[in-house]
Amino acid sequence: MQVISALFLLIGSFLCLSGGIGILRFPDFYTRMHAVGVTDTLATAMILIGLILISSDFLVDVKLVIILLMTLFISPTASHALANAALHNDLAKKDKKSNDEVTSSNS
Amino acid sequence: MKDLLAVVMLLGIYSLLSASFFVTMDAVDVAFTEAAVGAGVSTLLMLVAITMTGRKEHPTRHKPLLAIVVVIITGSLLIYGTLDMPRFGLAEAPIHQHVAPRYINDSMQEIGVPNIVTSVLASYRAFDTFGEVVVIFTAGMGVLALLSMVRRSEDTENIDSNNYSMHEQHLILRIVSKMLIPFILMFAFYVQFHGDFGPGGGFQAGVIFASAIFLYTMLFGMNTARRVINQAFIQILAATGVLLYGSVGVVSLLNGKSFFDYSALASDPIAGQHLGILLIELGVGITVAAVMIIIFFNFADRRNYSPNKDSENS
Repeated sequence: MQVISALFLLIGSFLCLSGGIGILRFPDFYTRMHAVGVTDTLATAMILIGLILISSDFLVDVKLVIILLMTLFISPTASHALANAALHNDLAKKDKKSNDEVTSSNS
Repeated sequence: MKDLLAVVMLLGIYSLLSASFFVTMDAVDVAFTEAAVGAGVSTLLMLVAITMTGRKEHPTRHKPLLAIVVVIITGSLLIYGTLDMPRFGLAEAPIHQHVAPRYINDSMQEIGVPNIVTSVLASYRAFDTFGEVVVIFTAGMGVLALLSMVRRSEDTENIDSNNYSMHEQHLILRIVSKMLIPFILMFAFYVQFHGDFGPGGGFQAGVIFASAIFLYTMLFGMNTARRVINQAFIQILAATGVLLYGSVGVVSLLNGKSFFDYSALASDPIAGQHLGILLIELGVGITVAAVMIIIFFNFADRRNYSPNKDSENS
């Protein structure tokens, strides 16, 4: 059980890290959102599952499961809200324009 | 930093970090309050304020040099002051000698509430807490006096069409929050009535309850929320909480004990303490929730009348 839990925790931390690198390295808003939005939910879920596996207290298990459920509900919704707000305020166009400007000034 | 949105977000992150810092110091109640009030509600209220005032700070002409000098002097004085403080965690420190032993040793016999923080807050220091509640109430009244305005009667058709367009735009958010709001409200009641046994109490519960209402208001629009929540009723509730708190004190006064001595409330002193703490926590919770809702509604109302209407779907 210890080994499985450690595996889950490791995967979770790796995903957290890759999400963090993604938000720094990706070029524009939507890809950054993708990096964080996808990894964040999975990473949190992995870490929580890992914690559930090593905890021996039933009450702690229940609390962790509740946190897991809440995360699964809230995190994708938050990502969706963010992307939706960006789309509605025409972020895509602005970004494209600024990219074009950058390339034209470079060339 | 000129971008006010980033400043507010940093403030929220700072609050959350200090909440986790409080948890590691075993001050769970304080951490709870910090997370609910500092990271949650005050960030939200400042965001609402920003949608009214605009996102960028105006360029200032004053020199920040004087401010920095004052900050450095004050900071170094404070650090100099800490040099005389007893070592961190020292058991002989004056703060652990004065009243803390009595709270820790005797509160179980005197009050009978497992959470010492609650018994200190609600019984030993009932006067202080009453003062805090009155301050919150006064703040709510101040916001009401400064910001409230006569409502123009909206026609229903306008509300419905507005509602429909919002429904398409925020469909997922609406569905998820519809599922979550009952649990948030339930959690608020749990925090309210479980405050005697675990971390929690009236302040946190009131804020959590109010934040569920904020969520509803943000997603379903001011006008719908106005139909659900009667403003006059909320104002009466804000006063009722303070009144409930104060009258508990008056009742114990009438029963021949001193103000806020709850042992006068029932024949058994411990039962009296329990009843008193329950009642005043309820008063605190009602007042805090009502004042938060009043502040939020008045802020959001102002926003609808402000000239820049383009930030509608933020």
